[in-house]
Amino acid sequence: MCTVCGCAEGNVKIEGEHGHSHDHQGQGHSHGHEHDHDHHHPHPRPAGSKVIHKTVHRYQHQGDVHHHYHFHVASVEQAQQLMADPTQHSQPHSQPHSHPHSHLDAHQHEHAHQPEHQSAPAESATLDFDALLAEEFEPEEYDGELDYGQGPAHAHAPGMSQQKMVQVEMDILGANDALADANRARFDNDCLLVLNLVSSPGSGKTTLLTTTVDELKEDYSLAVIEGDQETANDAERIRATGVPAVQVNTGKGCHLDAAMVGRAADQLDLEEAGILFIENVGNLVCPAEFDLGEDHKIAILSVTEGEDKPLKYPDMFAASDVMLITKTDLLPYVEFDVEACIANARQVNPEIEVFQLSSTTGEGMEEWLAWVAKQVPVCA
Amino acid sequence: MHEISLAEGILAIIERQRREGDFGCVKSVQLEIGQLAGVEVEALLFGMKAVFRDTVADGAEIELISVGGQAFCFDCESQVPLAKRGEACPGCGGYRLHVNDGDQMRVKSLEVE
Repeated sequence: MCTVCGCAEGNVKIEGEHGHSHDHQGQGHSHGHEHDHDHHHPHPRPAGSKVIHKTVHRYQHQGDVHHHYHFHVASVEQAQQLMADPTQHSQPHSQPHSHPHSHLDAHQHEHAHQPEHQSAPAESATLDFDALLAEEFEPEEYDGELDYGQGPAHAHAPGMSQQKMVQVEMDILGANDALADANRARFDNDCLLVLNLVSSPGSGKTTLLTTTVDELKEDYSLAVIEGDQETANDAERIRATGVPAVQVNTGKGCHLDAAMVGRAADQLDLEEAGILFIENVGNLVCPAEFDLGEDHKIAILSVTEGEDKPLKYPDMFAASDVMLITKTDLLPYVEFDVEACIANARQVNPEIEVFQLSSTTGEGMEEWLAWVAKQVPVCA
Repeated sequence: MHEISLAEGILAIIERQRREGDFGCVKSVQLEIGQLAGVEVEALLFGMKAVFRDTVADGAEIELISVGGQAFCFDCESQVPLAKRGEACPGCGGYRLHVNDGDQMRVKSLEVE
Protein backbone atom coordinates (compact mmCIF):
# COMPACT_ATOMS: atom_id res chain seq x y z
CA MET A 1 0.00 0.00 0.00
CA CYS A 2 1.39 3.41 -0.79
CA THR A 3 2.11 5.81 2.00
CA VAL A 4 -1.25 7.39 2.59
CA CYS A 5 -3.39 6.60 -0.39
CA GLY A 6 -5.98 3.93 -0.01
CA CYS A 7 -5.44 2.62 -3.49
CA ALA A 8 -4.56 -1.01 -3.50
CA GLU A 9 -1.04 -2.24 -3.97
CA GLY A 10 -0.01 -2.45 -7.59
CA ASN A 11 -2.72 -0.07 -8.69
CA VAL A 12 -0.47 2.92 -9.09
CA LYS A 13 1.43 3.04 -12.32
CA ILE A 14 4.01 5.63 -13.13
CA GLU A 15 5.25 5.80 -16.67
CA GLY A 16 8.91 5.02 -17.06
CA GLU A 17 9.28 3.15 -13.81
CA HIS A 18 10.72 -0.32 -14.11
CA GLY A 19 8.89 -2.66 -11.89
CA HIS A 20 6.81 -1.63 -8.97
CA SER A 21 8.63 0.03 -6.18
CA HIS A 22 7.02 -0.92 -2.93
CA ASP A 23 8.79 0.57 0.00
CA HIS A 24 7.69 -0.06 3.49
CA GLN A 25 10.52 2.04 4.86
CA GLY A 26 11.40 -0.60 7.33
CA GLN A 27 7.90 -0.76 8.63
CA GLY A 28 6.85 -4.16 9.82
CA HIS A 29 3.41 -5.52 9.46
CA SER A 30 1.35 -7.16 12.05
CA HIS A 31 -1.35 -9.36 10.81
CA GLY A 32 -3.59 -11.98 12.18
CA HIS A 33 -4.11 -10.76 15.66
CA GLU A 34 -7.38 -11.70 17.19
CA HIS A 35 -8.92 -11.19 20.53
CA ASP A 36 -12.31 -12.36 21.51
CA HIS A 37 -13.23 -10.16 24.41
CA ASP A 38 -15.58 -7.36 23.97
CA HIS A 39 -14.68 -4.06 25.46
CA HIS A 40 -17.58 -1.85 24.83
CA HIS A 41 -17.88 0.99 27.27
CA PRO A 42 -20.07 3.71 25.83
CA HIS A 43 -20.39 6.96 27.66
CA PRO A 44 -22.56 9.90 26.70
CA ARG A 45 -20.55 12.98 26.01
CA PRO A 46 -21.44 16.46 27.15
CA ALA A 47 -22.46 18.76 24.35
CA GLY A 48 -20.10 21.48 23.28
CA SER A 49 -17.74 22.11 20.45
CA LYS A 50 -14.56 21.26 22.27
CA VAL A 51 -14.94 18.23 24.39
CA ILE A 52 -12.28 16.76 26.54
CA HIS A 53 -13.60 13.35 27.21
CA LYS A 54 -12.42 12.42 30.61
CA THR A 55 -13.60 9.93 33.07
CA VAL A 56 -12.83 10.85 36.60
CA HIS A 57 -12.79 7.77 38.69
CA ARG A 58 -12.98 7.73 42.40
CA TYR A 59 -13.05 4.62 44.45
CA GLN A 60 -13.17 3.59 48.04
CA HIS A 61 -12.69 0.12 49.29
CA GLN A 62 -14.55 -0.75 52.42
CA GLY A 63 -14.27 -4.39 52.96
CA ASP A 64 -15.85 -6.19 50.08
CA VAL A 65 -17.89 -3.29 48.77
CA HIS A 66 -16.53 -0.41 46.82
CA HIS A 67 -18.06 2.66 45.37
CA HIS A 68 -17.34 4.16 42.04
CA TYR A 69 -17.92 7.80 41.44
CA HIS A 70 -17.50 8.70 37.86
CA PHE A 71 -18.59 11.63 35.85
CA HIS A 72 -17.83 13.34 32.59
CA VAL A 73 -16.48 16.79 32.40
CA ALA A 74 -15.87 19.30 29.68
CA SER A 75 -12.86 21.05 31.13
CA VAL A 76 -9.94 20.60 33.40
CA GLU A 77 -11.22 23.28 35.76
CA GLN A 78 -14.49 21.50 36.03
CA ALA A 79 -12.74 18.23 36.76
CA GLN A 80 -10.84 19.83 39.59
CA GLN A 81 -13.98 21.41 40.90
CA LEU A 82 -15.76 18.13 40.82
CA MET A 83 -12.97 16.30 42.49
CA ALA A 84 -13.08 18.85 45.23
CA ASP A 85 -16.78 18.34 45.67
CA PRO A 86 -18.28 15.42 43.81
CA THR A 87 -21.80 16.28 44.88
CA GLN A 88 -21.95 19.45 42.80
CA HIS A 89 -22.02 19.17 39.09
CA SER A 90 -24.51 19.46 36.34
CA GLN A 91 -23.25 17.47 33.41
CA PRO A 92 -25.18 14.72 31.75
CA HIS A 93 -24.38 11.51 33.53
CA SER A 94 -24.35 13.75 36.52
CA GLN A 95 -25.01 12.60 40.07
CA PRO A 96 -22.11 10.71 41.47
CA HIS A 97 -23.58 7.32 41.61
CA SER A 98 -22.22 4.38 43.41
CA HIS A 99 -21.97 0.90 42.09
CA PRO A 100 -21.79 -1.16 45.18
CA HIS A 101 -20.89 -4.65 44.30
CA SER A 102 -19.61 -7.39 46.44
CA HIS A 103 -16.94 -9.79 45.58
CA LEU A 104 -17.08 -13.27 46.89
CA ASP A 105 -13.87 -14.29 45.35
CA ALA A 106 -10.65 -12.62 46.16
CA HIS A 107 -9.36 -10.57 43.32
CA GLN A 108 -7.17 -7.65 42.71
CA HIS A 109 -8.24 -4.35 41.36
CA GLU A 110 -5.68 -2.58 39.35
CA HIS A 111 -6.96 0.92 39.55
CA ALA A 112 -3.81 2.77 38.83
CA HIS A 113 -4.09 3.77 35.22
CA GLN A 114 -0.68 5.26 35.14
CA PRO A 115 -0.24 6.50 31.65
CA GLU A 116 3.02 6.09 29.89
CA HIS A 117 4.16 8.90 27.76
CA GLN A 118 5.60 8.01 24.46
CA SER A 119 5.68 11.37 22.95
CA ALA A 120 6.30 11.14 19.29
CA PRO A 121 7.70 14.35 17.87
CA ALA A 122 4.52 16.27 17.45
CA GLU A 123 4.45 19.66 15.91
CA SER A 124 1.08 20.91 16.78
CA ALA A 125 0.01 24.29 15.66
CA THR A 126 -3.26 23.67 17.37
CA LEU A 127 -4.17 23.70 21.01
CA ASP A 128 -1.56 22.42 23.35
CA PHE A 129 -3.40 19.43 24.68
CA ASP A 130 -0.08 17.83 25.52
CA ALA A 131 0.56 20.12 28.40
CA LEU A 132 -3.04 19.96 29.46
CA LEU A 133 -3.08 16.20 29.54
CA ALA A 134 0.39 15.80 30.99
CA GLU A 135 -0.70 17.98 33.84
CA GLU A 136 -3.81 15.92 34.29
CA PHE A 137 -1.89 12.69 34.40
CA GLU A 138 -0.51 13.64 37.77
CA PRO A 139 -2.58 11.86 40.37
CA GLU A 140 -4.91 14.01 42.43
CA GLU A 141 -4.84 13.42 46.10
CA TYR A 142 -7.89 13.75 48.27
CA ASP A 143 -9.15 11.90 51.31
CA GLY A 144 -5.77 10.29 51.47
CA GLU A 145 -6.33 8.56 48.15
CA LEU A 146 -4.64 8.97 44.86
CA ASP A 147 -6.70 9.35 41.75
CA TYR A 148 -5.45 8.77 38.27
CA GLY A 149 -8.21 10.57 36.50
CA GLN A 150 -7.08 9.95 32.97
CA GLY A 151 -8.13 6.95 31.00
CA PRO A 152 -11.21 4.84 31.01
CA ALA A 153 -11.10 2.68 34.07
CA HIS A 154 -12.49 -0.54 32.89
CA ALA A 155 -9.96 -3.28 33.24
CA HIS A 156 -11.72 -5.13 35.95
CA ALA A 157 -11.27 -8.68 34.88
CA PRO A 158 -8.88 -10.48 37.18
CA GLY A 159 -5.68 -11.53 35.52
CA MET A 160 -6.19 -9.20 32.59
CA SER A 161 -3.21 -7.16 31.64
CA GLN A 162 -3.26 -3.55 32.61
CA GLN A 163 -4.18 -1.05 29.98
CA LYS A 164 -2.33 2.10 29.33
CA MET A 165 -2.66 5.21 27.28
CA VAL A 166 -0.08 6.00 24.68
CA GLN A 167 0.03 9.66 23.76
CA VAL A 168 0.49 9.90 20.02
CA GLU A 169 -0.39 13.43 18.85
CA MET A 170 0.28 12.85 15.19
CA ASP A 171 -1.43 14.32 12.18
CA ILE A 172 -3.23 11.66 10.18
CA LEU A 173 -1.81 13.12 6.99
CA GLY A 174 1.59 13.59 8.63
CA ALA A 175 3.25 10.95 6.44
CA ASN A 176 2.02 12.65 3.28
CA ASP A 177 2.90 16.10 4.61
CA ALA A 178 6.47 14.99 5.40
CA LEU A 179 6.90 13.66 1.86
CA ALA A 180 5.37 16.85 0.46
CA ASP A 181 7.88 18.90 2.46
CA ALA A 182 10.68 16.76 1.02
CA ASN A 183 9.31 17.34 -2.50
CA ARG A 184 9.07 21.06 -1.84
CA ALA A 185 12.67 21.25 -0.59
CA ARG A 186 13.83 19.37 -3.67
CA PHE A 187 11.83 21.61 -6.03
CA ASP A 188 13.15 24.73 -4.27
CA ASN A 189 16.65 23.40 -4.61
CA ASP A 190 16.04 22.87 -8.33
CA CYS A 191 14.65 26.40 -8.56
CA LEU A 192 11.30 25.20 -9.89
CA LEU A 193 7.86 26.71 -9.81
CA VAL A 194 5.38 23.91 -9.11
CA LEU A 195 1.67 24.36 -9.84
CA ASN A 196 -0.96 21.79 -8.88
CA LEU A 197 -3.99 22.04 -11.17
CA VAL A 198 -7.21 20.81 -9.62
CA SER A 199 -10.77 20.70 -10.95
CA SER A 200 -13.69 18.42 -11.60
CA PRO A 201 -13.43 16.09 -14.61
CA GLY A 202 -14.12 17.77 -17.93
CA SER A 203 -13.36 21.34 -16.92
CA GLY A 204 -10.72 21.58 -19.62
CA LYS A 205 -7.58 21.18 -17.51
CA THR A 206 -5.61 19.35 -20.17
CA THR A 207 -6.64 21.70 -22.97
CA LEU A 208 -5.68 24.67 -20.84
CA LEU A 209 -2.40 23.00 -19.95
CA THR A 210 -1.44 22.20 -23.56
CA THR A 211 -2.18 25.81 -24.55
CA THR A 212 -0.24 27.10 -21.55
CA VAL A 213 2.87 24.98 -22.13
CA ASP A 214 2.77 25.83 -25.84
CA GLU A 215 3.00 29.51 -24.95
CA LEU A 216 5.67 29.13 -22.27
CA LYS A 217 7.94 26.46 -23.73
CA GLU A 218 10.11 28.93 -25.64
CA ASP A 219 11.00 30.85 -22.50
CA TYR A 220 11.08 28.23 -19.76
CA SER A 221 12.12 24.67 -19.14
CA LEU A 222 8.82 22.85 -18.58
CA ALA A 223 7.64 19.46 -17.40
CA VAL A 224 4.25 17.97 -16.63
CA ILE A 225 3.03 15.25 -14.28
CA GLU A 226 -0.37 13.96 -15.37
CA GLY A 227 -2.64 12.23 -12.90
CA ASP A 228 -5.54 10.09 -14.02
CA GLN A 229 -7.09 6.90 -12.78
CA GLU A 230 -6.45 5.21 -16.12
CA THR A 231 -4.86 5.79 -19.56
CA ALA A 232 -1.81 7.76 -20.65
CA ASN A 233 -3.88 9.88 -23.06
CA ASP A 234 -3.26 13.17 -21.26
CA ALA A 235 0.51 12.71 -21.06
CA GLU A 236 0.51 11.95 -24.78
CA ARG A 237 -1.38 15.19 -25.47
CA ILE A 238 1.28 17.10 -23.53
CA ARG A 239 4.17 15.26 -25.19
CA ALA A 240 2.69 16.19 -28.56
CA THR A 241 3.65 19.79 -27.73
CA GLY A 242 7.26 18.70 -27.22
CA VAL A 243 7.16 19.14 -23.44
CA PRO A 244 8.24 16.13 -21.34
CA ALA A 245 5.39 14.55 -19.40
CA VAL A 246 4.97 11.52 -17.20
CA GLN A 247 1.62 9.89 -16.57
CA VAL A 248 0.66 8.62 -13.12
CA ASN A 249 -2.28 6.24 -13.10
CA THR A 250 -3.75 6.14 -9.64
CA GLY A 251 -5.84 3.06 -10.37
CA LYS A 252 -8.72 3.31 -7.94
CA GLY A 253 -7.14 6.27 -6.17
CA CYS A 254 -9.04 9.54 -6.28
CA HIS A 255 -6.09 11.92 -5.92
CA LEU A 256 -2.35 12.23 -6.35
CA ASP A 257 -0.28 12.08 -3.18
CA ALA A 258 3.18 13.35 -2.37
CA ALA A 259 4.81 9.93 -2.74
CA MET A 260 3.46 9.54 -6.28
CA VAL A 261 4.67 13.01 -7.25
CA GLY A 262 8.12 12.32 -5.82
CA ARG A 263 8.39 9.12 -7.82
CA ALA A 264 7.04 10.76 -10.97
CA ALA A 265 9.54 13.62 -10.58
CA ASP A 266 12.33 11.02 -10.55
CA GLN A 267 11.29 10.12 -14.09
CA LEU A 268 11.56 13.70 -15.34
CA ASP A 269 14.68 15.52 -16.25
CA LEU A 270 13.89 18.70 -14.39
CA GLU A 271 16.08 21.56 -15.37
CA GLU A 272 16.65 24.59 -13.21
CA ALA A 273 14.54 27.72 -13.44
CA GLY A 274 11.62 25.91 -14.88
CA ILE A 275 8.00 25.16 -14.26
CA LEU A 276 6.54 21.83 -13.24
CA PHE A 277 2.80 21.51 -13.80
CA ILE A 278 0.96 18.77 -11.97
CA GLU A 279 -2.46 17.96 -13.33
CA ASN A 280 -4.32 16.27 -10.52
CA VAL A 281 -7.02 13.64 -10.86
CA GLY A 282 -10.30 15.29 -11.84
CA ASN A 283 -11.98 15.57 -8.45
CA LEU A 284 -12.98 18.63 -6.44
CA VAL A 285 -12.93 16.88 -3.08
CA CYS A 286 -9.97 14.69 -2.16
CA PRO A 287 -7.03 16.52 -3.77
CA ALA A 288 -7.75 19.49 -1.46
CA GLU A 289 -6.38 17.53 1.50
CA PHE A 290 -3.19 16.25 -0.10
CA ASP A 291 -0.19 18.52 -0.23
CA LEU A 292 2.09 17.45 -3.09
CA GLY A 293 4.88 19.93 -2.41
CA GLU A 294 3.51 22.48 -4.86
CA ASP A 295 3.85 26.25 -4.61
CA HIS A 296 0.22 26.92 -5.52
CA LYS A 297 -2.96 25.01 -6.10
CA ILE A 298 -4.85 26.35 -9.12
CA ALA A 299 -8.58 25.58 -9.16
CA ILE A 300 -10.12 25.44 -12.61
CA LEU A 301 -13.82 26.00 -13.08
CA SER A 302 -15.45 26.06 -16.50
CA VAL A 303 -18.51 28.14 -17.30
CA THR A 304 -20.41 24.98 -18.24
CA GLU A 305 -20.37 24.08 -14.56
CA GLY A 306 -22.27 26.05 -11.94
CA GLU A 307 -21.25 29.36 -10.40
CA ASP A 308 -22.05 27.89 -6.98
CA LYS A 309 -19.27 25.27 -7.18
CA PRO A 310 -16.98 27.23 -4.84
CA LEU A 311 -19.72 26.99 -2.21
CA LYS A 312 -20.46 23.35 -2.95
CA TYR A 313 -16.79 22.35 -2.71
CA PRO A 314 -15.43 25.00 -0.34
CA ASP A 315 -12.37 23.05 0.82
CA MET A 316 -10.88 22.99 -2.64
CA PHE A 317 -11.38 26.70 -3.27
CA ALA A 318 -10.13 27.51 0.23
CA ALA A 319 -6.94 25.54 -0.48
CA SER A 320 -6.31 27.18 -3.87
CA ASP A 321 -4.48 30.44 -4.47
CA VAL A 322 -5.91 30.99 -7.94
CA MET A 323 -9.22 30.26 -9.63
CA LEU A 324 -9.30 30.06 -13.42
CA ILE A 325 -12.71 30.49 -14.98
CA THR A 326 -12.33 28.68 -18.29
CA LYS A 327 -14.29 28.22 -21.52
CA THR A 328 -15.41 31.86 -21.39
CA ASP A 329 -16.05 31.68 -25.14
CA LEU A 330 -19.15 29.65 -24.22
CA LEU A 331 -20.58 32.35 -21.94
CA PRO A 332 -23.19 33.50 -24.53
CA TYR A 333 -24.63 29.99 -24.60
CA VAL A 334 -24.76 29.11 -20.93
CA GLU A 335 -26.33 30.56 -17.84
CA PHE A 336 -23.29 31.35 -15.79
CA ASP A 337 -23.00 34.42 -13.63
CA VAL A 338 -19.29 35.27 -13.60
CA GLU A 339 -19.60 37.93 -10.91
CA ALA A 340 -21.59 35.63 -8.63
CA CYS A 341 -18.99 32.90 -9.18
CA ILE A 342 -16.16 35.21 -8.15
CA ALA A 343 -18.15 36.42 -5.13
CA ASN A 344 -18.77 32.81 -4.11
CA ALA A 345 -15.08 31.96 -4.40
CA ARG A 346 -14.09 35.01 -2.34
CA GLN A 347 -16.64 33.96 0.25
CA VAL A 348 -14.64 30.81 0.99
CA ASN A 349 -11.26 32.34 0.23
CA PRO A 350 -11.02 36.15 0.37
CA GLU A 351 -7.47 36.10 -1.05
CA ILE A 352 -8.10 33.97 -4.14
CA GLU A 353 -6.88 35.47 -7.42
CA VAL A 354 -9.21 35.05 -10.36
CA PHE A 355 -8.53 34.91 -14.09
CA GLN A 356 -11.08 34.44 -16.85
CA LEU A 357 -9.93 32.84 -20.05
CA SER A 358 -10.67 30.70 -23.05
CA SER A 359 -8.06 28.22 -24.25
CA THR A 360 -9.92 28.01 -27.56
CA THR A 361 -9.96 31.69 -28.50
CA GLY A 362 -6.94 32.69 -26.42
CA GLU A 363 -8.95 35.42 -24.73
CA GLY A 364 -7.60 36.18 -21.26
CA MET A 365 -4.60 33.86 -21.66
CA GLU A 366 -2.15 36.73 -21.48
CA GLU A 367 -3.02 37.69 -17.89
CA TRP A 368 -2.78 34.07 -16.76
CA LEU A 369 0.57 33.55 -18.49
CA ALA A 370 1.89 36.78 -16.99
CA TRP A 371 0.89 35.59 -13.53
CA VAL A 372 2.70 32.27 -14.06
CA ALA A 373 5.82 34.01 -15.33
CA LYS A 374 5.83 36.28 -12.29
CA GLN A 375 5.87 33.26 -9.96
CA VAL A 376 8.93 31.60 -11.50
CA PRO A 377 11.69 31.80 -8.92
CA VAL A 378 14.84 33.75 -9.66
CA CYS A 379 17.82 31.75 -8.59
CA ALA A 380 21.50 32.56 -8.62
CA MET B 1 -13.56 9.00 -1.08
CA HIS B 2 -10.25 9.79 0.60
CA GLU B 3 -11.43 8.56 3.99
CA ILE B 4 -9.95 5.13 3.24
CA SER B 5 -6.61 6.86 2.74
CA LEU B 6 -7.04 8.58 6.08
CA ALA B 7 -7.87 5.25 7.74
CA GLU B 8 -4.68 3.86 6.19
CA GLY B 9 -2.79 6.80 7.63
CA ILE B 10 -4.23 6.12 11.08
CA LEU B 11 -3.23 2.46 10.86
CA ALA B 12 0.28 3.44 9.77
CA ILE B 13 0.57 5.68 12.83
CA ILE B 14 -0.65 2.88 15.11
CA GLU B 15 1.78 0.38 13.64
CA ARG B 16 4.63 2.81 14.01
CA GLN B 17 3.72 3.38 17.66
CA ARG B 18 3.66 -0.35 18.19
CA ARG B 19 7.18 -0.74 16.89
CA GLU B 20 8.34 1.94 19.26
CA GLY B 21 6.34 0.88 22.28
CA ASP B 22 5.64 -2.46 23.81
CA PHE B 23 2.00 -3.34 23.56
CA GLY B 24 -0.17 -6.14 22.31
CA CYS B 25 -3.34 -4.78 20.87
CA VAL B 26 -5.15 -1.51 20.64
CA LYS B 27 -8.35 -1.21 22.66
CA SER B 28 -9.34 2.25 21.60
CA VAL B 29 -8.14 5.09 19.43
CA GLN B 30 -8.74 8.74 20.29
CA LEU B 31 -8.99 10.94 17.23
CA GLU B 32 -9.17 14.70 17.14
CA ILE B 33 -11.15 15.79 14.10
CA GLY B 34 -11.78 19.43 13.36
CA GLN B 35 -15.15 20.60 12.13
CA LEU B 36 -13.45 22.12 9.06
CA ALA B 37 -11.16 19.17 8.35
CA GLY B 38 -13.01 18.15 5.19
CA VAL B 39 -13.57 14.62 6.39
CA GLU B 40 -16.83 12.72 6.38
CA VAL B 41 -16.86 11.13 9.82
CA GLU B 42 -19.25 8.29 8.95
CA ALA B 43 -17.11 7.33 5.97
CA LEU B 44 -13.97 7.51 8.10
CA LEU B 45 -15.45 5.20 10.74
CA PHE B 46 -16.50 2.78 8.02
CA GLY B 47 -13.06 2.97 6.44
CA MET B 48 -11.31 2.34 9.75
CA LYS B 49 -13.45 -0.70 10.41
CA ALA B 50 -12.44 -2.14 7.05
CA VAL B 51 -8.79 -1.15 7.21
CA PHE B 52 -8.27 -2.31 10.82
CA ARG B 53 -9.54 -5.82 10.12
CA ASP B 54 -6.93 -8.47 10.97
CA THR B 55 -4.54 -5.87 12.34
CA VAL B 56 -3.40 -4.91 15.80
CA ALA B 57 -6.30 -2.46 15.94
CA ASP B 58 -9.01 -4.88 14.90
CA GLY B 59 -12.20 -4.07 16.78
CA ALA B 60 -10.72 -1.04 18.53
CA GLU B 61 -13.22 1.44 19.85
CA ILE B 62 -13.01 4.81 18.15
CA GLU B 63 -13.42 7.94 20.23
CA LEU B 64 -13.88 11.14 18.31
CA ILE B 65 -12.95 14.41 19.90
CA SER B 66 -14.48 17.07 17.72
CA VAL B 67 -12.91 20.49 17.60
CA GLY B 68 -15.05 23.41 16.54
CA GLY B 69 -13.97 25.59 13.65
CA GLN B 70 -12.38 28.92 14.57
CA ALA B 71 -11.48 31.85 12.39
CA PHE B 72 -10.16 35.35 12.69
CA CYS B 73 -12.42 37.89 11.02
CA PHE B 74 -10.52 40.72 9.35
CA ASP B 75 -13.70 42.76 9.03
CA CYS B 76 -14.54 43.01 12.71
CA GLU B 77 -11.08 41.99 13.89
CA SER B 78 -12.20 39.32 16.24
CA GLN B 79 -11.86 35.62 16.81
CA VAL B 80 -15.11 33.89 15.90
CA PRO B 81 -16.48 30.34 15.71
CA LEU B 82 -17.02 29.01 12.19
CA ALA B 83 -19.04 25.88 11.51
CA LYS B 84 -18.44 25.68 7.77
CA ARG B 85 -16.17 27.27 5.21
CA GLY B 86 -18.05 29.82 3.17
CA GLU B 87 -20.26 30.91 6.03
CA ALA B 88 -20.32 34.53 7.12
CA CYS B 89 -18.73 35.85 10.28
CA PRO B 90 -21.32 35.37 13.04
CA GLY B 91 -20.28 38.73 14.46
CA CYS B 92 -20.42 41.13 11.52
CA GLY B 93 -21.56 39.09 8.52
CA GLY B 94 -18.28 39.61 6.67
CA TYR B 95 -16.42 36.94 4.74
CA ARG B 96 -12.82 37.98 5.25
CA LEU B 97 -12.18 35.05 7.53
CA HIS B 98 -8.94 33.26 8.17
CA VAL B 99 -9.43 29.78 9.58
CA ASN B 100 -7.05 29.18 12.47
CA ASP B 101 -8.44 26.14 14.27
CA GLY B 102 -10.71 23.22 13.64
CA ASP B 103 -9.06 21.99 10.44
CA GLN B 104 -6.93 19.33 12.11
CA MET B 105 -7.08 15.57 11.86
CA ARG B 106 -4.92 13.95 14.49
CA VAL B 107 -4.42 10.70 16.31
CA LYS B 108 -4.27 11.93 19.90
CA SER B 109 -3.75 8.78 21.87
CA LEU B 110 -4.18 5.04 21.93
CA GLU B 111 -5.43 2.86 24.72
CA VAL B 112 -3.37 -0.28 24.49
CA GLU B 113 -2.94 -3.53 26.26
